Amino acid sequence: MIYKGKQKIWSDYQKEIPDDHWFYVRSCIRQNFFPASEVTFLRILRDELGKDIYETPHHTTCGGIAYHQECIPQETQMTIIARQFALMTEAGYENYACSCITSFGLYCETLETWHEMPEVLDRIRENLWKACRREFNIPKYLAHSSDLVYKFRDEIADRAKYKLVNKDTGEPLKVVEHIGCHYAKMFPSKGVGGAEYPYVLVGMAERWGGNVIDYPERRHCCGYGFRQYHVKANRGYSISNTHKKFESMEPYHPDFIVTNCPGCPYFLDRWQYVIAEQTGKTYGGNGYGIPVLTYEEMAGLVLGYDPWDLGMQTHQIAVEPLLDKIGVKYDESKKYEGTGGKPLPEPEFPMNIRCC
Amino acid sequence: MGKLYERLAKDIRIKEWLKACMNCGVCVSVCPAAEFYKYSPKTIVNIVQSQDDEAIEALLKSETIWYCGECMSCMTRCPRKNAPGQIVMALRSLSIDMGYFAESEKGRQQLPLQRALCGNILNYGYCVYPRTFKYEDHPESGTIGKWIGENLEEVHKRLGSNLEQDGPGVLRKIPKESLDELKAIFDVTGATERMNTVEEVSRRKAEEMGLDMEEYCKRAFNYAGKGHTIE
Ligand code: SF4
Ligand code: SF4
Repeated sequence: MIYKGKQKIWSDYQKEIPDDHWFYVRSCIRQNFFPASEVTFLRILRDELGKDIYETPHHTTCGGIAYHQECIPQETQMTIIARQFALMTEAGYENYACSCITSFGLYCETLETWHEMPEVLDRIRENLWKACRREFNIPKYLAHSSDLVYKFRDEIADRAKYKLVNKDTGEPLKVVEHIGCHYAKMFPSKGVGGAEYPYVLVGMAERWGGNVIDYPERRHCCGYGFRQYHVKANRGYSISNTHKKFESMEPYHPDFIVTNCPGCPYFLDRWQYVIAEQTGKTYGGNGYGIPVLTYEEMAGLVLGYDPWDLGMQTHQIAVEPLLDKIGVKYDESKKYEGTGGKPLPEPEFPMNIRCC
Repeated sequence: MGKLYERLAKDIRIKEWLKACMNCGVCVSVCPAAEFYKYSPKTIVNIVQSQDDEAIEALLKSETIWYCGECMSCMTRCPRKNAPGQIVMALRSLSIDMGYFAESEKGRQQLPLQRALCGNILNYGYCVYPRTFKYEDHPESGTIGKWIGENLEEVHKRLGSNLEQDGPGVLRKIPKESLDELKAIFDVTGATERMNTVEEVSRRKAEEMGLDMEEYCKRAFNYAGKGHTIE
């Protein structure tokens, strides 16, 4: 009954996602903390599926992280966005895909404001002309990069080497999906599935064999809070909110968490480590944490990519228990290698949480 | 209607996201900041909607407006289509423009934030940049964060980044002419002016507190006073 209700909501919130020809902009946070995830996204879209995804070296940050900490005014933020749109226009594209949820939320918000207040749009055009001598068209379609992976979930399933299934029991893996607040909380109609039951990650996880679990704090923020993290003095806010989520999901014994936003996997991964070091508490089985994946990593695993090519060695929470459950083959001795098999010094190991 | 409210009312975020609050408290119930800090988005919306300049001035000088995490959970839920998180952004902007931000401990954090984030944007073209993300400031990045920092080039190369190189790709070097365009946008749209205001007001406040600017900035980044949180 409830499932049927959700399906009805999901069918109300389906957005149009064109098949090909996207202008692609990267995420500051994903590039810093999950660089291999963007590499994997392009590998899947370009190499596996043969799509045209164009990137120019001239694109920059959207400014969103500074804007949400009041370091730059709204006018600046909108003009940086306008410049990105000008690069898209000059390259001859009209579909715009970004790799960040903070950006995606701001693009949605900015387009909404320009629609409601055309005088603001005129002013931003003037700003951009004055500053950069550029002009722009508004994108015809706006997507978060996860929308594209969601769109091609069947094609990925067709090429899958592994399923999100426990190889010993044959049971679907229990997946916690964490969507990232700015994906659809501000403008529900802009996200696949809306704000209440966002479907973008559920659609992928279920299609590839997993079982998504519901838990009370499913829609709670990961704890980022912008300045509540960037300022050291405020980080109690960040870890407290992450802690609340873990306490809430713990009784459901998730096998892993999959995330949409580039920041959330960082906080859900690292704060688990800090909670363990401070209190001794761990949330996975046998002294491990719960592995936290980006959706690109989840797709890459399903496609049989090497976990160390996917960048899973840059997680603090060990992913090996998950790889073993799925039956993914990996070489532990290559985990901390540089390029060309060059061995790097091993990281130190934490005291209270197992890291293999 | 007072002068401060008049200025607030010109902010796009107030125009779009302040309708009429009916005090239902739904925003408070979903707010992560309200669970941690002594904070109520409902009270903030009520003060703004009262248009009472004295109360608005007190709010602009208070700790309260800096507690919000801008998750926008309130925006989904408000039955009246208010967005307390957006209203807070308008209040913070005005607090900075008026120089009031330096009156609160959390407001003074604007200096280290601005230096870090605007510095990254203008120097590199990114909001966050690995060369300025130091383990000492981020021990929570873990033993693995420390390892990545110590082996930055090798780890990024191994993972397919184009760190500080020409051409497209992860953490590529953003061309100088593009950085110049960002600077021009800052100049034309008020970001440079805002940066100057924050530096200048912080300098005066540091003097008043008997600190040099570096000490003041460090203290703002590290010091957490008592009384902010729900015990
Ligand atoms: S949810 Fe909306 S109407 Fe209710 S108290 Fe908050 S701002 Fe006011
Ligand atoms: S945006 Fe701010 S006020 Fe709204 S729910 Fe999030 S933390 Fe609370």
